[in-house]
Amino acid sequence: MTSREQVSRTLQQHGALMVLALLVLVGSLAFDSFSRFDNAASVVVSSSFLAIIAIGMTFVIISGGIDLSVGSLFVLGGVLAAYGSQYGLLVALVLPLAACGLVGLLQGVIIARTGMAPFIVTLAGLLGVRGLMLALSDEGATTYLVKDPAFAALGQGQILGLTYPVYITIGLALAAMVLLQRTGFGQNVYAIGGNQQAAALMGVPVASTKIRVYVMSALLAGLAGALNAARLSSGVTILGIGLELDVIAAVVIGGTLLTGGAGGITGTVAGVLLLGVIQSLINQVGNLTSAFQQVVSGLFLALVVVAQRLLSKAQRLS
Amino acid sequence: MEPVLEAKGISKRFPGVLALDGVSLALHPGEVHALVGENGAGKSTLIKVFTGVYHPDGGELLHQGRPAVFGTPMDAQHAGISTIYQEVNLVPMMSVARNLLLGREPRGRFGVIDAGAMYEEAGRVLAGYGVETDVRRPLRDLGIGAQQMVALARAVSVDARVVIMDEPTSSLEPREVGTLFGVIRRLRDSGIAVMYVSHRLDELYQVCDRVTVLRDGRLAHTGQLAELERLQLISLMLGRDLGEVRGSGMTKFSRDRHLAAGTSVDQQAEPVVEARGLTRRHVLDGVDVSVRPGEVVGLGGLLGAGRTETAKAIVGAMPIDGGQVIVGGLPLRGGSTKAAIRAGVSLLPEDRKAEGIIPTLSVRENIALAALPSLGTAGVVSDTKIDRVVEIFMRRLRIKAASPNQLVSELSGGNQQKVLLARWLAVRPKVLLLDEPTRGIDVGAKAEVQALIDELAAEGLGVLLISSDLEELVEGADRILVLREGAVVGELSGDDVTEERIMATIAEQADG
Repeated sequence: MTSREQVSRTLQQHGALMVLALLVLVGSLAFDSFSRFDNAASVVVSSSFLAIIAIGMTFVIISGGIDLSVGSLFVLGGVLAAYGSQYGLLVALVLPLAACGLVGLLQGVIIARTGMAPFIVTLAGLLGVRGLMLALSDEGATTYLVKDPAFAALGQGQILGLTYPVYITIGLALAAMVLLQRTGFGQNVYAIGGNQQAAALMGVPVASTKIRVYVMSALLAGLAGALNAARLSSGVTILGIGLELDVIAAVVIGGTLLTGGAGGITGTVAGVLLLGVIQSLINQVGNLTSAFQQVVSGLFLALVVVAQRLLSKAQRLS
Repeated sequence: MEPVLEAKGISKRFPGVLALDGVSLALHPGEVHALVGENGAGKSTLIKVFTGVYHPDGGELLHQGRPAVFGTPMDAQHAGISTIYQEVNLVPMMSVARNLLLGREPRGRFGVIDAGAMYEEAGRVLAGYGVETDVRRPLRDLGIGAQQMVALARAVSVDARVVIMDEPTSSLEPREVGTLFGVIRRLRDSGIAVMYVSHRLDELYQVCDRVTVLRDGRLAHTGQLAELERLQLISLMLGRDLGEVRGSGMTKFSRDRHLAAGTSVDQQAEPVVEARGLTRRHVLDGVDVSVRPGEVVGLGGLLGAGRTETAKAIVGAMPIDGGQVIVGGLPLRGGSTKAAIRAGVSLLPEDRKAEGIIPTLSVRENIALAALPSLGTAGVVSDTKIDRVVEIFMRRLRIKAASPNQLVSELSGGNQQKVLLARWLAVRPKVLLLDEPTRGIDVGAKAEVQALIDELAAEGLGVLLISSDLEELVEGADRILVLREGAVVGELSGDDVTEERIMATIAEQADG
């Protein structure tokens, strides 16, 4: 492998991580408060929910698909968890997972069996689930409060100054890495995204793999919503609008190709943290409103996509 | 010995075409069986029946003596039938090892894939196929030949009893071809049946034991390859009986052009188009072609000899590695069909549906399309000018349509072809390249198109005619260049323009 190839490949896979390290370094030097533990902890904690959803999205995008319903499912999961918490911890977890899993199954079956475009199917899911959530909460007028202390502790309890969701995210990310890199299922996801027709000819169960990917994405979105409800002690209905786009942005910034077939969990986690750090840095600057965070994230995303295009061209030439 | 796979009287019908008509073929363990035939002979259809992609409308498929129905390609694979397609069907972005072993990766503890063992096994397997590479790299880093070997290794390692290879050598280097033949012989010796589809006769004679020739969906011949002379094989493929070739012409060319005295060709005239040394790796190997005003030059050769590619290279529709095209004394900018059209060189492509007509547009729009730049002022197109041009050509070419506004997709194949001819004539070309202009159109329309080619040449248009119909070629062309494996291997003119001479030229040994 030539050194040029090596460089372009490393950039593709670990570019987000490298930029993240650079930004953290710059931030630490520029702002005293940036590197303080409570600031770092708040970035990590608030990123963890996005990260959980992004793990599922990584599988979806590598398989060549897209899942627009995760923002709505995140909210639905939160509302159902808060509602279910009056019946105890178990219901507070099972209810959102069951509901979201079902939506994911439905979307997955439609996409895999009819060959309809994932964009359209999950857009329908986004709208449908949002409507369902509004109906459950009387158009947002009713906010369910988390009644069960054990469930609330799941979102608020701390070890070493970091809340439980951070550890849950780390655990899920590690499991997802093994699943993606070291199991037949993971290989099938790459193969389908890389060349679906070839995958089918190589004996990959295309339909069932796709269904599993969408179920997983929906389950993780629901879980993130439930954990968020536990953290906030209520099922807030106004969050989560447009969240799917942040998730997709994080995954793509992390080096996963939107066209499918390549990518990974490490990059996604780096991408999520990168978005969090950009937000935090803009808060430090002070006189910039947080709206600028989106401008910067958008610019960064554009940069990454252009860079990916150039890198893959460079790889093909060499 | 009992055949491992046998087709008995297989028929397959597509709308308007009987692609296979009662074809029988038996594949025995330990034989390499060549399947040959020209375009539309039914080879691909038969392969797809064997591999479960198509389901036959009639006849029976026997697998190890028992009737078998392959519902999907997976069913066929489970029955031990592996196929290596012309285009490599693997996942380019995944590593070589993962491509090779997908679905059969060595497992370590907890059923998790053992990456180390996987890379080791992949390296060992591929070494047996002459592929020495870092198996961790993405597949797309390998050359096409090595990718093909990976596909082959994968197909064979899935416990194959039958391996079907569709043009496996079309993008291989000679050294890789040697390796491939070694692998094929090894497979044969271990009792696997190999079906080998290729147009390269030299290769067939090197590696195949038996041969089946298909023509127009029917079985033309099956038997030992060694007992069949090259010339016989070619005449079987092209459907021209050596003895009866001389007969009254069936085509509608006004006369055998090459025999007629006083055709409009001025042998001293400067060529309207001259291609020199057209070269593209694996495809063209230094092809020289020139066409004079009023001359019809035929390109002969078997499928895959580089006829279509020559035409595409001339108009810049296919990138070339070397050579140039000269029109009116000036070299043409390569890779630009726009430049070619502007210089007066137009191509009527072979695949009318995919590369020619735009089915959602009307007859009028289809005709005017290429000529639009010349039909207006300052980029604004004049409707009156279009109407005039469309009317002239619809009348001149006798295009049968309800009105110029009828959708072109509603016309018959012959009329669609005339619409395309009109499109290119409307830009007033100096030379027209016609790739299989009469394929798939009915007899009447065929005669009209042939007569038209004659007329156009008489008016001074240069024509490059590609046709698999030998009769059409012989009667339509003044001069014929015979191509084989991307190179011109013979030029026939005058009395030499006969079907026998063409076939004999194709049959000559590459080294002879």
